[in-house]
Amino acid sequence: MEARKSVKKSWYVHLLLFTGTVLMIFPFIWMFLSAFKTDLDVFSYPPKWLPSTWTLENFPRVLEMVPFVRYYLNSIVVTSSITFGQVFLSILAAYALARLHFPGKTAVTILLLSTMIMPFQVTLVPMFMIVYKFGWIDTYQGLIVPFLFSGFSIFFLRQFFVTIPKDLEDAAKIDGCGYFGILFNVIMPNSKAPIGTISLFVFLTHWRSYLWPLVVTNSPEMRTLPVGLKYFVEEGGTQYNLMMAASLMAIIPVLIVYIVAERHLVKSTTLTGLKF
Amino acid sequence: MKKREHRETVVAYVCLAPALILAVVFMIVPMIMVFYISFSNWDFVNPVKNFVGLKNYVYIFSDEKFLKSIRNTLYFAGVKIPLDLVISLFVAVLLDKKIRMKKFYRVSYFAPVVTPMVAVALIWIWLFDPTFGPFNQILSFVGLKPLKWLYDPNWAMPSVILFSLWKGLGYDIIIFLAGLQSIPTHLIEAAYIDGANSRQAFFKVTLPLLSPIVYFVVLMGIINSFKVFTQISVMTPRGGPLYSTGVMVFYIYQQAFENYRMGRASAASLVLFCMVIALTQIQKRLGRKSVEYS
Repeated sequence: MEARKSVKKSWYVHLLLFTGTVLMIFPFIWMFLSAFKTDLDVFSYPPKWLPSTWTLENFPRVLEMVPFVRYYLNSIVVTSSITFGQVFLSILAAYALARLHFPGKTAVTILLLSTMIMPFQVTLVPMFMIVYKFGWIDTYQGLIVPFLFSGFSIFFLRQFFVTIPKDLEDAAKIDGCGYFGILFNVIMPNSKAPIGTISLFVFLTHWRSYLWPLVVTNSPEMRTLPVGLKYFVEEGGTQYNLMMAASLMAIIPVLIVYIVAERHLVKSTTLTGLKF
Repeated sequence: MKKREHRETVVAYVCLAPALILAVVFMIVPMIMVFYISFSNWDFVNPVKNFVGLKNYVYIFSDEKFLKSIRNTLYFAGVKIPLDLVISLFVAVLLDKKIRMKKFYRVSYFAPVVTPMVAVALIWIWLFDPTFGPFNQILSFVGLKPLKWLYDPNWAMPSVILFSLWKGLGYDIIIFLAGLQSIPTHLIEAAYIDGANSRQAFFKVTLPLLSPIVYFVVLMGIINSFKVFTQISVMTPRGGPLYSTGVMVFYIYQQAFENYRMGRASAASLVLFCMVIALTQIQKRLGRKSVEYS
């Protein structure tokens, strides 16, 4: 009796969840199918769901119209530099805040915490003007350097660094480790998980970063993938099949990483509590 | 001993120096500058900048577009947050049950969260197309009147909200799911033993225990709604028909980078900031009333 009830119940749970899943995945399926449609299929009325003839033409056409490969490379260079630089500088700062005693610590902590008060959107204009003053508009420096600091990353790591037992540090000291020796041989090896999490988070955040690259780049050669895609729509008009091919090329690597590292990614999301 | 302390201080500041310099140059200075610029007539083309007092504030508050951008932002937040809360909590409760294919469901609900916003916005532009898009085809198939979606002043914002819901739902589902899984089962069982039905158990036990997470989701919802820009800029590049999707960040962007009115943009930025602070404070007050069992 009990078992029959639960089967009946789970049947309706599955129906609800499955309907939801279809709604969630439908846009991806539409993109995938449409990336292979011919121009004729795109502008047919009523819309065709399946391509009448599958074509691979759309992909080279996109690459001809815009420097898509360049967008990709820019995104990779900018995002990797930000991730590597920001995580490295955050480790250094978090180490000082978590494990070292020095005069002015409270003041430094307050200063660094205060950077998190205002959202980036509020300080966008003065940030742009500073980068402009430096002559960094339309350069990699302009895209990278302002994001090498993140109060969030520092305090996220600090919170883990303080939990590492003092005994480990003392043992390393006896073995002749200096301050940096302790950081590289004790603190960092014991914080692989949080460092991995924050790296993944920083990477994903800046891979999709849009507003800043939009205002700071002028030439097509400097555009990152999101900005490049936006201009592709604006300049290419409603060539939907080409849009879908471009979108597919942008999404595929992310989807592969997601499917492979799903568990880790979801955990990292709940841990950092921030939305991409 | 003294020497060691001295060395520790030097090491600490060596470690902190790069972060401190960058923090001051790209965060602290801009935070101070934004106030200063909002009281000046900095228009980028003209290098002369004068103190103009409240002129920028007077301007934006008499600018119909700015007032509309406030309304649009509140509209976005006011519709999106409650819908998101109800749907994601509902799906999380379903996913919390002992069912098969849990992973499959979780992966598909979370997929839009990880995919880049601009890339998926492109897909939805087509889905919304009044003539060649599948949404209208489905509407007419079930006998409903087709819509103009992004091209209709009344429907442009709901369309963007629909897209944003789809994009962000998975995140809140995961957060709620983690919360549901952290609730000790004996509390729920106790409620059943006391004669509660499943609805009572949910509303009287589970939901109050989830209140800190509901609070978190609403807080993030408010903050993120006030920052919304990307999908607006991609799906409605001019702020939609009759500026129906022009949100506050979009207004700031236009003033600063299309009109080069840095003063007005900064004034609008500070209004945005004050609104976020005010709303989160109100929510904090309300949140305190929520039940907590420890």
